[in-house]
Amino acid sequence: MLRDQDRIFTNLYGTQDWGLAGARRRGDWDGTKAILAKGPDAIVDEIKASGLRGRGGAGFPTGLKWSFMPKQSDGKPTYLVVNADEGEPGTCKDREMMRHDPHKLVEGCLIAGFAMRASAAYIYIRGEFHLEANHLEAAVAEAYDAGLLGPNACGSGYAFDVFVHRGAGAYICGEETALIESLEGKKGQPRLKPPFPAGVGVWGRPTTVNNVESIAVAPTIMRRGAGWFAGLGRENNTGTKVFCISGHVERPCNVEEEMSIPLRELIEKHAGGVRGGWNNLLAIIPGGSSVPMIPKSVCDDVLMDFDSLRDVKSGLGTAAVIVMDKSTDLVRAIARLAKFYTHESCGQCTPCREGTGWMWRVMERLVRGEADVAEIDMLLEVSYQIEGHTICALGDAAAWPIQGLMRHFRPEVEARIMARKNKQPAAA
Amino acid sequence: MPTLTIDGQEITVEANTTVLQACEELGIEIPRFCYHDRLSIAGNCRMCLVEMEKSPKPIASCAMPVGEGMVIHTKSPVAEKARKGAMEFLLINHPLDCPICDQGGECDLQDQAVAYGRGGSRFDEHKRAVKDKYLGPLIATTMTRCIHCTRCIRFATEIAGVEELGATYRGEETEIGTYIEAALTSELSGNLVDVCPVGALTNQAYAFSARPWELRKTESIDVHDAVGSNIRIDCRGAEVMRILPRLHEDINEEWLSDRSRYAVDGLALQRLDQPYVRVDGKLKPASWDAAFAAIQARLNAMGEAKGERIAAIAGDMADVESMFALKELFTALGSRNLDCRQDGAKIGGKHRGGYLFNSTIAGIEDADALLLVGCNPRWEATLVNARIRKRWLAGGFPIAVIGGVASATVDLTYKYDYLGAGPATLAEVADGSHHFAGVLAAAERPMIVLGSGALARDDGAALLDLARRIAQDNGMLGGDWNGFNVLHRAASRVGGLDLGFLPGDGGRDVAGILDGAGKGEIDLVWLLGADEIDMTALGQAFVVYQGHHGDSGAHRADVILPGAAYTEKDATWVNTEGRAQIGRRAVFPPGDAREDWTILRAFSAVVEQPLPYDNLQQLRRHMAGEVPSLGAIDVVAAGDMGAFGMAGSVSAEPIVSPVGDYYLANAVCRASAVMAECSQLYTSAGGAGRAGGATGTDG
Amino acid sequence: MKRVPAPPEQQPGNFAFTPENLALAKQHIAKYPPRRQASAVMPLLDLAQRQHQNWLPRAAMDAVAEMLEMPRIRVYEVATFYSMYNLAPVGENFVQVCTTTPCWLRGSDDVVGACKAKLGIDFGETTVDGKFTLIEVECLGACVNAPMMQINDDYYEDLTADSAKAVLEALANGEKPKVGPQNGRHASEPAGGPTTLHAYTGDG
Repeated sequence: MLRDQDRIFTNLYGTQDWGLAGARRRGDWDGTKAILAKGPDAIVDEIKASGLRGRGGAGFPTGLKWSFMPKQSDGKPTYLVVNADEGEPGTCKDREMMRHDPHKLVEGCLIAGFAMRASAAYIYIRGEFHLEANHLEAAVAEAYDAGLLGPNACGSGYAFDVFVHRGAGAYICGEETALIESLEGKKGQPRLKPPFPAGVGVWGRPTTVNNVESIAVAPTIMRRGAGWFAGLGRENNTGTKVFCISGHVERPCNVEEEMSIPLRELIEKHAGGVRGGWNNLLAIIPGGSSVPMIPKSVCDDVLMDFDSLRDVKSGLGTAAVIVMDKSTDLVRAIARLAKFYTHESCGQCTPCREGTGWMWRVMERLVRGEADVAEIDMLLEVSYQIEGHTICALGDAAAWPIQGLMRHFRPEVEARIMARKNKQPAAA
Repeated sequence: MPTLTIDGQEITVEANTTVLQACEELGIEIPRFCYHDRLSIAGNCRMCLVEMEKSPKPIASCAMPVGEGMVIHTKSPVAEKARKGAMEFLLINHPLDCPICDQGGECDLQDQAVAYGRGGSRFDEHKRAVKDKYLGPLIATTMTRCIHCTRCIRFATEIAGVEELGATYRGEETEIGTYIEAALTSELSGNLVDVCPVGALTNQAYAFSARPWELRKTESIDVHDAVGSNIRIDCRGAEVMRILPRLHEDINEEWLSDRSRYAVDGLALQRLDQPYVRVDGKLKPASWDAAFAAIQARLNAMGEAKGERIAAIAGDMADVESMFALKELFTALGSRNLDCRQDGAKIGGKHRGGYLFNSTIAGIEDADALLLVGCNPRWEATLVNARIRKRWLAGGFPIAVIGGVASATVDLTYKYDYLGAGPATLAEVADGSHHFAGVLAAAERPMIVLGSGALARDDGAALLDLARRIAQDNGMLGGDWNGFNVLHRAASRVGGLDLGFLPGDGGRDVAGILDGAGKGEIDLVWLLGADEIDMTALGQAFVVYQGHHGDSGAHRADVILPGAAYTEKDATWVNTEGRAQIGRRAVFPPGDAREDWTILRAFSAVVEQPLPYDNLQQLRRHMAGEVPSLGAIDVVAAGDMGAFGMAGSVSAEPIVSPVGDYYLANAVCRASAVMAECSQLYTSAGGAGRAGGATGTDG
Repeated sequence: MKRVPAPPEQQPGNFAFTPENLALAKQHIAKYPPRRQASAVMPLLDLAQRQHQNWLPRAAMDAVAEMLEMPRIRVYEVATFYSMYNLAPVGENFVQVCTTTPCWLRGSDDVVGACKAKLGIDFGETTVDGKFTLIEVECLGACVNAPMMQINDDYYEDLTADSAKAVLEALANGEKPKVGPQNGRHASEPAGGPTTLHAYTGDG
């Protein structure tokens, strides 16, 4: 188990002062000027060496992403945009960081922004996080007042601004280009790529979009060194990670743990175990609603990291562990997610706009067993017709939960259909 | 120049080409709905997905720029699966109402469903229904059919320049429309019907009237303004069912002005379909012989020197062949009283460059500064205006306006600097004291556009002179660039000027003719489709009206000779650029009406001055001998400049556009119920903000 | 459920920001680069909604469009796209119950049932006294404190049917119930106390 002194988010539960004074006591904003003095390239190299991979779901190497930003300024601004539009069902980690430890994010914005030579950071926070946005805004104001941000941030001579932008209810804005569109005052509809944000981002300028956690851990990595971070977890899956454990566990919680912790250990150590004991486990969605579920047999010994979960045809995603015990109607659980994706589809491209609703409606019938067995194959085909054919990844995210269900629990779905057929009088 | 491989064939293309364009260069068809080569790329329909090696997912070929060494497969299982899938998704919520859909037979969705769709549906849920939207009297909507390609939104936003259409809500609830029930305030709205790939937006005026395979298609030229838009006239039997734009990159691209498209019903109404002779103050139907005899009798009654006592005025839609024949006839009768300038424009003369749109319409895209004088191009030449907007969108194109629009709040679909309303401002630009003179002087290819509103004034010649001086002093007339432009409104005007359908030495112009008629010095006036003059000024003169509509000229006439509308004759028109184009007969003129030059030829025999041609080819040869430019079809020859205009004092009166109502600009429009409805909606009091009124943002 | 705009008779003829909100609006606009004022459309619509009994009349959208020099249709697009803009009047207490899978697994059906029973209304309806509107929402990002609901700006977490009713009861009585977990938890730590960070808890 991760030692407390290796935990980054030491006020994850909000038992301490979230303001600047409390943050300083936890070591935030300590020697920031000296970190900046190392220069942008040294910071990027340090982050690269730490092995930090993006915490928003895709797991792209963070340092490498920063290095895509232009090294030579053309005299116009470039931007860091922080994706705080946390909305992936099962996921509630960024919320804790922002309401209980906002200075980690604000300091991270300065260090990351400096490393990528950005002139300002915009933190795009989902609109429903009213309290969290208030805390963040207060933290930003405190940082300005203390000279930590502004024309001479931390006395470094570097000018850097941080702004908080509130969303207004759209899961799709968690997609980086949709977020950029939204930040420009438009509907959150993902852009075609190329061009990528590092070339053409917000207001046409080079932009890097990072998850809250990716940015918030950067100051600690800089202070404790890449080696410390890289020494946690497994190769290519390094560092600490805040896990969200929800669903059928005894004590749902968020917890920061070492990357690559076994799933079972994570649940049993911190969440009081599966309700009714490990043997009462049916399946787990290990990385937020978008990743395929895995059955108990896989859960028994899978590690919670990018590569292990990929190997079992699922993913670490946002590390949101949704636990479902044997009482769960898995079909209904997935049907509800299908409804979620239908509701959150931006409507721009055909497969997602039309396909998500189709899948949801078929799933609703499957919940009642009101279908033919052959429709399971049709549903899967529809999911494959969406997957990989949309402008953004929401199409994939809508397809995978259904594919995961059928991969592991198809007999149960078929049985429900047959049961209904047997109950009805034989057709004339 | 990257080289890529598509379906095993190597091709080298320009660097900024898309994969879809590269496929087209190889003749490989890529299905698409949202992609339109004149609109921004949306990439949303996903129909054009193709397989790209080394990419984990198929790519949208419409949006993907080519890259060196790319390997593309357009017919691989990956590509086929993608487009079959997209096709199925587009169809699941699309109604199966092709039999009652006006798009049937010319529907991209229908066509591509045949090529890429499944045989049957496996969608077992309820289909989505979407409320229809009101977009005005020109466009019928059936929004359940909409496939959300957003072409209409992009057209309205980008080409038409009216940001009124959008996609509201999201996901499967997404709806295309204005959100607030309101008619689109664009004179290009009919093009939405053309860009819509399905039957969601259809032509309201043509609703349920024909199927495309029943129609006979004739390629012709529009005459509702002086742009010379290329059109296709679709007819069934003797009836013109609809008019569509036809591609001409240098003129209208593939767009058409609403007036040109929607005044079609006017072609069948208020028609003059037999000769009339006024007897005891009342017009009575007559035979051709009787009508000609009545005119001849009047001529004979004049005795000697009748040439001094007769006059002819050509209207705004007259073709050059009939003007040529009329001029020759009147010359033979000894008259020099001819004019093709109903509005009294102070223009004409031997220097052709002095009355042409010399930069050319396509040339607007090469210009880098523009001064509009006395015109509202949005109403006077909608597609010239669209070209100005296109150039403006590209950036680096300062535009200034003097007169023509009432104030800086008039929406021309681009931003402009409103310098002032009157000639004094023009004089300031001419003498270099106005700041915009500096903009023009600094530009490499500046343009000045002088509208007919500036020319049809007493000081028109002086304004023309000022405009010429501005052109001369600001490098508009150098080398390969001619930035001096006259924007005409009348389709007949340039042809008439080219022909010299103008007062001969000592002859009378329009004002002189009316003056003479009022004083009893002119006894006979021949109106060739001329309806836009003050008929009450004709006094006691004997009026011959040769034309196609029972408009103001016919009401005043003593003899009516029924002619052919532009859809009913093979004839030539010259547009504001000086480009001669041939329109073709799509249907025969109604009843006893005849093509206009033949009427004149017949009458010339009656008065024993037979014109020396018995068919159109002979006439055209004859005409080209006199005026060679009229024989050079679809050519814009550089107009010679020389001296034109006349220095003089200018009045302080604001320069106004002569177009009071875009929808009622000529006799055909005035006969059209559709145009009347538009006029009522858009330009009458209480109508939505329009180009001539408010900013277009109220409502 | 599609948010249907209020009918014309409910739409006010005009809308203007209060001086305080106008000042706030200008602060929002100042956050974005010059000529990028359209970026402020979301905060301004939010501001307008807060000023106007928690719903956004068309006049407010038009006022925002004018202020930001945007075509109106672009503002309508934004207002209808994002779920937090209410296009028609809502009750004083805007009750949004999350029913997405993590909440459902923890008993959101019970919470929904309790809310409907307590308020006597279905999803999408408003109580006759105008005090409550009840809607179903998608994941609000408090999944380890499921089930939960948001009422106006506040999260009420770790609900049961009874505690949900109690929250509504308090609001109906004009009281201000404690926000956050309703089962004694402080935040997202495991119930009964953290398993980690023992050295860091409780410094206040």
